[in-house]
Amino acid sequence: MEMVNRPYAAAFEAHAVRHPEVLCLSADLTSSCEVDGFRDRHPGQFLSLGMAEQNMMSFAGGLGMAGFRPFLHSFGVFLYRRPHDQLIASVAYPRRRVRLMGFLPGVTTPGGMTHQAIEDIAVMRTIPNMTVLEAGDATEVESIVAEADAVDGPVYCRILRGSVPRLFDTPLRLGRMRVLAEGTDVLVVTAGIATEEAMRARAALDRAGVSVRHLHLSTLKPFDPAPIVDHAASVRHGVVTLENHLVAGGIGSMVAEALAEAGLGKPLVRLGLQDTYAHGGSRPYLMRHYGLDALALVRAVERLAGQDTGIAEADLSAVRLESVHSAAKAEAL
Amino acid sequence: MRNERSTEDVARGIRRRVFEHSIRNNGGYLSQACSAAEQLAFLYTEGLTLGPSTRPLVPPPFAGVPSAANPGYVTGAGYNGPAAPGYDRLFIAPAHYALVAYACLIEVGRMAPEGLEQFNRDGSSVEMIGAEHSPGMEVHNGTLGIGLSTAAGLAWGRKRRGEAGRVCVFMSDGEVQEGQTWEAVQAACHHRIDNLWAIMDVNRQQCDGAMDDVMAVGDIAAKLRAFGAVAVEADAHDVGALREAAATPHEGRPLIVLARSSPTKGMESLMSRFPRLHYVRFSSEAERAAMNESIAAELGIPPVPLEAH
Repeated sequence: MEMVNRPYAAAFEAHAVRHPEVLCLSADLTSSCEVDGFRDRHPGQFLSLGMAEQNMMSFAGGLGMAGFRPFLHSFGVFLYRRPHDQLIASVAYPRRRVRLMGFLPGVTTPGGMTHQAIEDIAVMRTIPNMTVLEAGDATEVESIVAEADAVDGPVYCRILRGSVPRLFDTPLRLGRMRVLAEGTDVLVVTAGIATEEAMRARAALDRAGVSVRHLHLSTLKPFDPAPIVDHAASVRHGVVTLENHLVAGGIGSMVAEALAEAGLGKPLVRLGLQDTYAHGGSRPYLMRHYGLDALALVRAVERLAGQDTGIAEADLSAVRLESVHSAAKAEAL
Repeated sequence: MRNERSTEDVARGIRRRVFEHSIRNNGGYLSQACSAAEQLAFLYTEGLTLGPSTRPLVPPPFAGVPSAANPGYVTGAGYNGPAAPGYDRLFIAPAHYALVAYACLIEVGRMAPEGLEQFNRDGSSVEMIGAEHSPGMEVHNGTLGIGLSTAAGLAWGRKRRGEAGRVCVFMSDGEVQEGQTWEAVQAACHHRIDNLWAIMDVNRQQCDGAMDDVMAVGDIAAKLRAFGAVAVEADAHDVGALREAAATPHEGRPLIVLARSSPTKGMESLMSRFPRLHYVRFSSEAERAAMNESIAAELGIPPVPLEAH
């Protein structure tokens, strides 16, 4: 699998230099959000707002009034927990073209509860006027910048940083889901880093004779339920969602709402954080510990299909190993 | 656009209008009119460079919130004139001063007196807590402490675009209890945003009562200066002092005029309610009638004719 180093850094710079009304804002996490190079090369387009996210959010609303399109760079968690009031009043209500670049979604950070955005999708998708996007690979990280910046209103993006696998060869397009497999037994719906896990599980399930239909979501809001319902109706056993987020309010909830409103009675298993906080640790450890990985998905599919596939951990090919402390960022924050 | 009436005369009109409205409706933000009348009058008659209103004299009804499905949405900023590069912009940060701000718009000819009859009526845009779509408003400020940050962002953007117009925030002193206000001041100083200025109604009152009892804030001017801003103090009821304070040079830094005001200025009878001044609702018909008589006498106007009950 091709790994791409810092796809956001290059994509943002390429986009911003072509659009002078794009501004790069940071709240003291500039290198952690891969925009330190941009700051150094384009200081006139960079605004340091310090550790003051409430002000940054309203300030960005003011920049939007002046016709600029600020990109706010921080960890996802800092873009909605502390400044939620400012997010609503200064950005979302007036539909400012503010782009919230949320790094380290879910358990992709070893920083524990304070750093892990585990309810961001739930929060953001309930906010009127908000668009919510999530990148699942390097290609989507690269294309999310321009796609988000084309939205006439505020956008929240879950961004992956550092070394990111390339899973797709076509760009992220607003409102378009990816159909990654068209099996007939079980529908699997994933987003973000969960998609890579599902692709790994799918290969093993195929070999075991379980036919998986797999959808990858990158636009979480607006959400069109019709295709989800159609895909769910076309499989034999039911639906599994897997997400790097709490199962409440995220894609598990979105799928449940879609099925219920359509009156489609299919069993649904929602994998993700089950009404719990996570703690600090490496991403592979956290995904295993909280049941967000390929093995958890295999077991869920087995339950739905009523079938023991015999798949063991060793069968899940090429689990990508990643150490908490990478050379790119010694502190890993 | 300069107003033909003097600032003092407009301020008198604001007090009278808010008083008459509050007596008729058995309540209102009377104290805010007492403290802020000269400040808002000063801003609209001489402190700000504003173009003529672009909106109807009688405000149209509420026309929906901003959404992709509401392309005709407009804010109430048109009452302050067009958002042209040379004109100033004004945010009323304490949105509960809306009644006073509406009264000011009427006094300076930007809104018809009938507009105030829609105040706090269902389906009206003349809302009790000023909303984006309310006359004279451009952003939501009902959550206190966000106004200065928004203005700082707008001011930075206008400066970057080379626009001559400045950004002014009418603030309340209670907002200095909010951490965001200090975040905004430090950011405005760090980024040398000097096309930003504010006039703060320092009436030392807040919803629960006197600020010193609720949460003492100390020396606001000293704190602002320590954060890097230019802060000047002025008697809020002396238009000459406001004029002089607003003219203070502040190159490279935001200016905050601390307008030291009385929450009962011009209506000293309200002192009988102290410290319950944030929203005046009369406790009995007797109190209402007595206030009607005594405040009218102070303002030098006839009492409001009240319907018999």
